[in-house]
Amino acid sequence: MKILKKLSIHIILIIVCILSLVPFLWLLSTALKGRSENIFAYPPVFIPKEITLENFKQVLKLVPIVKYVINSFIVASSTVILNVILSALAAYPLARMDFKGKKITFFAILATIMVPFQTIMLPVYIITLKLHLIDSYGDIAGYLGMIAPFAVNAFGIFLLRQAFLAIPKEIEESAVIDGCNSFQIFSKLLFPMVKPTLALLAIFTFIGSWGEFLWPSIVLTNEKLFTLPVGINNLSSAFSSDYRLVAAGSIISVIPIIVFFLALQKYFIQGTNEGAVKG
Amino acid sequence: MDLKKSLGAYLFLLPAGIILLIFFFIPFFQTVYLSFFDYSKDVYNPVFVSFDNYIALIKSPLFIKTILNTFFFLILCVPFLVIFPLFLAILINQNIRCKNVYKVLIYLPVVISIVVVAIAFKWLYAPEGLLNFVLEKLHIAPLGWLSDPKIAMISVALVTIFKGVGYYMMIYLSALMSVPKELYEAIDVDGASFFKKHTVITIPHIMPMIALVSTISSISALKVFVEIYVMTRGGPLNSTKTIVYYIYEKAFENLDLGIASAGAVILLFIVMGFSILNIFVFEKDKYAI
Repeated sequence: MKILKKLSIHIILIIVCILSLVPFLWLLSTALKGRSENIFAYPPVFIPKEITLENFKQVLKLVPIVKYVINSFIVASSTVILNVILSALAAYPLARMDFKGKKITFFAILATIMVPFQTIMLPVYIITLKLHLIDSYGDIAGYLGMIAPFAVNAFGIFLLRQAFLAIPKEIEESAVIDGCNSFQIFSKLLFPMVKPTLALLAIFTFIGSWGEFLWPSIVLTNEKLFTLPVGINNLSSAFSSDYRLVAAGSIISVIPIIVFFLALQKYFIQGTNEGAVKG
Repeated sequence: MDLKKSLGAYLFLLPAGIILLIFFFIPFFQTVYLSFFDYSKDVYNPVFVSFDNYIALIKSPLFIKTILNTFFFLILCVPFLVIFPLFLAILINQNIRCKNVYKVLIYLPVVISIVVVAIAFKWLYAPEGLLNFVLEKLHIAPLGWLSDPKIAMISVALVTIFKGVGYYMMIYLSALMSVPKELYEAIDVDGASFFKKHTVITIPHIMPMIALVSTISSISALKVFVEIYVMTRGGPLNSTKTIVYYIYEKAFENLDLGIASAGAVILLFIVMGFSILNIFVFEKDKYAI
């Protein structure tokens, strides 16, 4: 009975795992099929008769995917660095200091969660244009325009506020006695203590920024600065008649993020394992 | 609470404050402001028209259709995204092997850009694609997954579900850790079934998380855009045109900033309404309504 129950659980989970891989595997299979092979063959052929990297070579020649990867990397890592620093700075007084207007500040930040970016994106675009933060004013301006609106967000601030709140007050008090000012307390003492939360924020910000499509597709005009999602979407409309190339491009585009995810997977699942910090 | 200390606190808040001011608070009020102007005749010389944009939208059959489409999409996604990941989380939380492998594989679609996921599904949905082959094997007539106005929205919702399951499963898994083990031991003594065990203990215990997942998944359903942009562009016959897609089209294709802003304000009210509705449904005991 016990074994039967476990077996059925495994079967269900294996089916779900297969389902979550099939769309990508089918894309991979298509990307590996040569010119001579019919990608619409009936019945469908899962393992190509002749595995070829021709499509990958060709798509790398036709489309600057490596450039897209570099752009995505610049945008995502800058967004991460800014989020980590700005969220931590803002979270510290909200967790550790008493000051006039604390409540209002807190609720103002909370309110930003309620408003979807899509509802304000038009004025954000107008402001970005007025600040000359688009690619027609140069590459750096273009990158900044993609990064700036996402340099900080309320989730990060609240996440770090919780982390700061969890640190015992006594640690801070001893530093005050030693004559540290609040910036020293923050930078030398508390900031290093919330490293696990910072890592978590960094990883989720990176993934979010790496996959972001709507905003870059609005601000970008120059293909030179395309990030991966914009570039791959562009590729999929430009080569819609040749799905081998679209598939090859898509597969190349997901390799960096899958490597990143697998390397850091313990951070993703650490909050779901027993024996981890109980909340 | 001296002045110097308050000043110090604001210095810490300043960098984040500047970003939020420029890219959130100003645009927020500007959206409301723009919604009272008519840009349709001349983008450079908008005319103040008070509530005309809102009236025009409410009278527009297309806009009403986009609202209905968005709600249809929400009804397709949200119940599934609230229930199925919970079911998976409970299964994974049993004492079984390979837990982490399952978690990683089910989470994988979450880290992959929605653009690539949509492209992969577009390929599955092709008229001679894999899904129609499967249907044929099951002796069901092939479907126009993205070309039939009756089912295009369902096809789009499947993509959103596919991308979301892992995310909500992880949220549930972290919530399940807080359920005290002793409760299960007690009910095991009574010889309760698997189903009863979880309806009596697990679900009531993690109700706040279920509420959170319903709220987050409803709000993201109301904001759906990229899946539609990549796969259907709102078609066929506007059957997958959602509110955000409509706003996008009006703002960035027609340059009708007033109508787009009014649409955005209406969306904002719907989103806030949903957040409040969720609080009422799930936490009405707390507020004694």
